Amino acid sequence: MEAQQPGGEAPYLRIESVNKRFGDNHVVRDVSLGIARKEIFALLGSSGCGKSTLLRMLAGLETPSTGRIVLDGEDLATVQPHRRPTNMMFQSYALFPHLTVEDNVAFGLRQERPKLARDAIAARVGRMLDLVQMQRYARRKPHELSGGQQQRVALARSLAKEPKLLLLDEPLAALDKKIRQETQLELVHLIERVGVTCIIVTHDQEEAMTMADRIGVMSDGVLLQVGTPDEIYEHPNCRFTAEFIGETNMFNGRLESRGVVCPDFPTPIAIGPAAGVSQGSEVSVSVRPERVLLSREQPENGEGGFINRAAGEVTDIAYLGSYSIYHVRLASGRNVTASVPSARWGDAAPPTWGDPVWVSWKAPAGVVLSR
Amino acid sequence: MSGRRPFMLRGRFWVGMLPWAWLLLFFLLPFALIVNVSLSTADLAIPPYVSPLHATEDGHGVELVPDLSSFRRLADELGSIGEDGADLLYLQAYGNSLLLATLTTLCCLLIGYPFAYHIARSRESVRNVLLMMVMLPFWTSFLLRVYAWMGLLDSSEVGLINQLLLGLGIIDTPLPLLYNTGAVLTGMIYSYLPFMVLPLYANLVKLDQRLLEAASDLGARPITTFLSVTLPLSRNGIIAGAMMVFIPAVGEFVIPDLLGGGDVQMIGRNIWDDFGPNQDWPMAAAVAVVMVLLLIAPIVVFNRSSRREAEEQP
Repeated sequence: MEAQQPGGEAPYLRIESVNKRFGDNHVVRDVSLGIARKEIFALLGSSGCGKSTLLRMLAGLETPSTGRIVLDGEDLATVQPHRRPTNMMFQSYALFPHLTVEDNVAFGLRQERPKLARDAIAARVGRMLDLVQMQRYARRKPHELSGGQQQRVALARSLAKEPKLLLLDEPLAALDKKIRQETQLELVHLIERVGVTCIIVTHDQEEAMTMADRIGVMSDGVLLQVGTPDEIYEHPNCRFTAEFIGETNMFNGRLESRGVVCPDFPTPIAIGPAAGVSQGSEVSVSVRPERVLLSREQPENGEGGFINRAAGEVTDIAYLGSYSIYHVRLASGRNVTASVPSARWGDAAPPTWGDPVWVSWKAPAGVVLSR
Repeated sequence: MSGRRPFMLRGRFWVGMLPWAWLLLFFLLPFALIVNVSLSTADLAIPPYVSPLHATEDGHGVELVPDLSSFRRLADELGSIGEDGADLLYLQAYGNSLLLATLTTLCCLLIGYPFAYHIARSRESVRNVLLMMVMLPFWTSFLLRVYAWMGLLDSSEVGLINQLLLGLGIIDTPLPLLYNTGAVLTGMIYSYLPFMVLPLYANLVKLDQRLLEAASDLGARPITTFLSVTLPLSRNGIIAGAMMVFIPAVGEFVIPDLLGGGDVQMIGRNIWDDFGPNQDWPMAAAVAVVMVLLLIAPIVVFNRSSRREAEEQP
């Protein structure tokens, strides 16, 4: 992967061919990445994929086995951990239980050398608590706060030293689902207001897509794809990304000149331009459920070019209000998932269990991935 | 309600009663007996005291006629402090006991904390071996270990330490290692160290590593992290360990007797002398009751502190 920015200017943070091994365990494999100033970047992957280790290397809690990390022109390997211009918000916050909210926030400021004046610290703590709207709770101990309040204190603590790089390890995982969704955007606005460069580690793709400017998908220590949320979703570059981000229908076949020959379909699957895949190779075609159309009648080729279609039978319907998830079994026995807006059917009755239906999608909706 | 539940509840009730019954039977009841003896009058009889509980004259009730002379003796000693030739036998013994117990506790803490910290930070496999080694001395008799110290510290040429130092030519004449306060302190520290290490270990092993990482991330040097995070968060381990050492150390009898010779007067020895050779059971009981009262204060402190921890770390 190129350590290059979309804008072309030199990245603020450069991760260069970083590897991390714990004994025989190769946890982070040759990761290179460039992150721009004030960017919010999410490292997304399931647990054990190496994203947390990468974050810990940025924080200085682990040392890369090989490779370099350069922040604002300074090689971090040469900086002692307690002097790094990075601060981390730990998973489940790691607030000091024996200190009050204000003492937690002041902790980092009290470590500054040369020493900061007492009222300078108090003023900064006050500003931080204002920022996260926790001024009223300054004298409380962490155990007297709700999960959301603890999260805000932890954020204030990690911002208090005005780090060049803010690291968030699963920032919202400890919260209830409802609070989590409210907090996602609140957190983004706050980070943008402060204007700090930020890396978020998360296993929650929704969280990553809501909060981040760009996402890096990691699996097995490898950074598979880096892109904006819609790039990652619409143009996954590998099967892992396509399946990890959202739902998808994956059809396996062989790429030929007429399209992808797949046993589930009577005719080859028509596709858009497929880059980087050679003729005759085994490929997968990923089609998102919302791109799959459902109809009672056989659909015709339209102006948009070829339409892929197959007849099947409705086996399951999950009605989710604004849309429904249909499971359709093709003649080959293969299941296809289609997400259908409830308004799609107008006044007509929607198909129900056992009804014969057609599934179809336009050629460009299928993303060809090598296997 | 189904038929099973009352049965289950009854079972739970009795299990819950068990510790209370135990305390009643083996602490409160004996303590009440000791209090009773402490309020008795010494007598040449078997047992050698006259109970303060007398039958009333009409023969239908019981009346309490306490003899406070034993407590008065202790109070008199307290009042005679500073007078010439004052007999401060018991007060000195209390003082010695509290001082030695305090010194033992402090030394155990200074030695035991790095000990416990290291064990808690070790890999799990190493940890179990180290814990085993802390507890290994318990596998041999306590008395035997104190006797072993007598052999080590013996003040003549046959003492093992003296033999070693003489053999190496470091000293010419044997050092007087045994039968003094230093010997008692050594023996007490050695014997009570595990009681300090185990509660400290149990506390330190629970310490959330991420708190230390967070401190380091916020710019704290290792020593600052220790002083401002590890140490305050292990407060309850320190208090628990200190109680486990201090409370039994105050009443310690065997170690001063064997390693201190006749020189080191401690309260446990006075109680022994009064119950035994002096046949003054009321005095011995009074001394014991006062000792329990003295120890209640640290226990109250301990309880309040652990309640606070329970609140902070739910």
